[in-house]
Amino acid sequence: MIRFDNVSKVYPKQTHPALRDVSLEVEKGEFVFLVGSSGSGKSTFLRLILREERCSHGQVHVLGKDLARLSNWKVPQMRRQLGTVFQDFRLLPNKTVAENVAFAQEVIGKSKGEIRKSVPQVLDLVGLGGKEDRRPGELSGGEQQRVAIARAFVNRPKLLIADEPTGNLDPQTSVGIMKLLDRINRTGTTVVMATHDQNIVDQMRKRVIELEKGRLVRDQARGVYGYQH
Amino acid sequence: MRAQFVLSEIGVGLRRNLTMTFAVVVSVALSLALFGGSLLMSDQVTTMKGYWYDKVNVSIFLCNKSDAESDPNCAKGAVTDDQKKQIQADLGKMSVVEKVTYESQDEAYKHYKQQFGDSPLADSLTPDQMQESYRIKLKDPEKYQVVATAFDGRDGVQSVQDQKGILDNLFGLLNGMNWAARMVMALMLVVALMLIVNTVRVSAFSRRRETGIMRLVGASGFYIQAPFIAEAAVAGLIGGTVACGFLVLARYFIIDHGLDLSHKLNLINFIGWDAVLTKLPLILATSLLMPALAAFFALRKYLKV
Repeated sequence: MIRFDNVSKVYPKQTHPALRDVSLEVEKGEFVFLVGSSGSGKSTFLRLILREERCSHGQVHVLGKDLARLSNWKVPQMRRQLGTVFQDFRLLPNKTVAENVAFAQEVIGKSKGEIRKSVPQVLDLVGLGGKEDRRPGELSGGEQQRVAIARAFVNRPKLLIADEPTGNLDPQTSVGIMKLLDRINRTGTTVVMATHDQNIVDQMRKRVIELEKGRLVRDQARGVYGYQH
Repeated sequence: MRAQFVLSEIGVGLRRNLTMTFAVVVSVALSLALFGGSLLMSDQVTTMKGYWYDKVNVSIFLCNKSDAESDPNCAKGAVTDDQKKQIQADLGKMSVVEKVTYESQDEAYKHYKQQFGDSPLADSLTPDQMQESYRIKLKDPEKYQVVATAFDGRDGVQSVQDQKGILDNLFGLLNGMNWAARMVMALMLVVALMLIVNTVRVSAFSRRRETGIMRLVGASGFYIQAPFIAEAAVAGLIGGTVACGFLVLARYFIIDHGLDLSHKLNLINFIGWDAVLTKLPLILATSLLMPALAAFFALRKYLKV
């Protein structure tokens, strides 16, 4: 699903690389936590997967494609098979919940009939049935993140990338979001989630990848947030 | 469905940026009106050239008795019949000459009376004081020099005059004005393009949230850019339409009505409606394509896809 081969990333005008010689593989259906302090390279790692950046050395394969060889105009096609969720939700404030979710389908040219069918379905899945016509401003943070997850999932992606999805939420709400992501993972969708939330990582007992100053320092199945020997 | 989606995005974008849109419309309208105006101006000059050059003569004025006393060119006395025959024969041999008419002193007097009959000067004039002349029509009005070198300074010839020279000054002035209009147009065009680039930049910035989300969910580059390009094209087209309106109104009010030059200056042959109408599609196409191209290049810089 994702394979990094000796990947390094140096941003222009910076001497220290954001990622150094990272090699790893994520299989189909896995749930992976990406941990590390700020500036450890987590965001760069995710940006490379989304092809927002190209790596400086090595190779990044996502969904079986070598991203270095993927031409620019094919990138949107690749992104349609990914779902993305962010700490700041990234919803359109002037559109309703249903319109926000439908937006992800409109821009890739799905028919109105398809949209009418799949939007209520996915809103039910994330537990927002009945709130289709609310605007993001009227919802709680947890509910807004559920809208974002619904939007990320509505096109049934094979891979879901989540960048600190619980970063702005209280612990209880976070648990709800994690349950939802776990359910999505159980449908066969691979989930890669960057997080600082120790409790969540410790509770879920999933694979943990830790970055430190751009290096891969830990890759542990059923791991916890802190280092365990 | 998709078309409707795109159209609603365009409407929202144009309204959000109303002052900038207005500035783009005005600058495109002005620059294209100047563009059309300068095209029509050169048409007008061409029409006038055709009309006037047709009527233009080269005149060879011959010495009369009073010239013989006052004009150094006529120091050898008034023209003789032999000299006249010689001139006529020479003119007949020249290939550039199309037609020669002779104007006697009496005829010149008559023409003068017709034109300036009321002036006090005309009353004191006698046919004796008028000059005989040959009026020569050339096949190509540019070939005036051939006639001038052949007859200037010859005995009995007072002067060779080319009416085209006078007209050329006028046309030179008109051409100069035309170039000035083109310079202003070029400047306005640059202003218009810069405004469009800036509008697109502001527009892309104010919608970075939407475009960011579009990118995330895998919208194609064209799909993300199309609304911006269409916005610029629509604003440009409105400007182009206004420019066309300017041109039509200008033709109407300056030539036909209002200033009514077609009646006041009936010596001038003015351009017709067809000249105006044939320029309009060109202006509309320019107003549509130029802003679209400008937006396209601006987006490459300001909108990451």
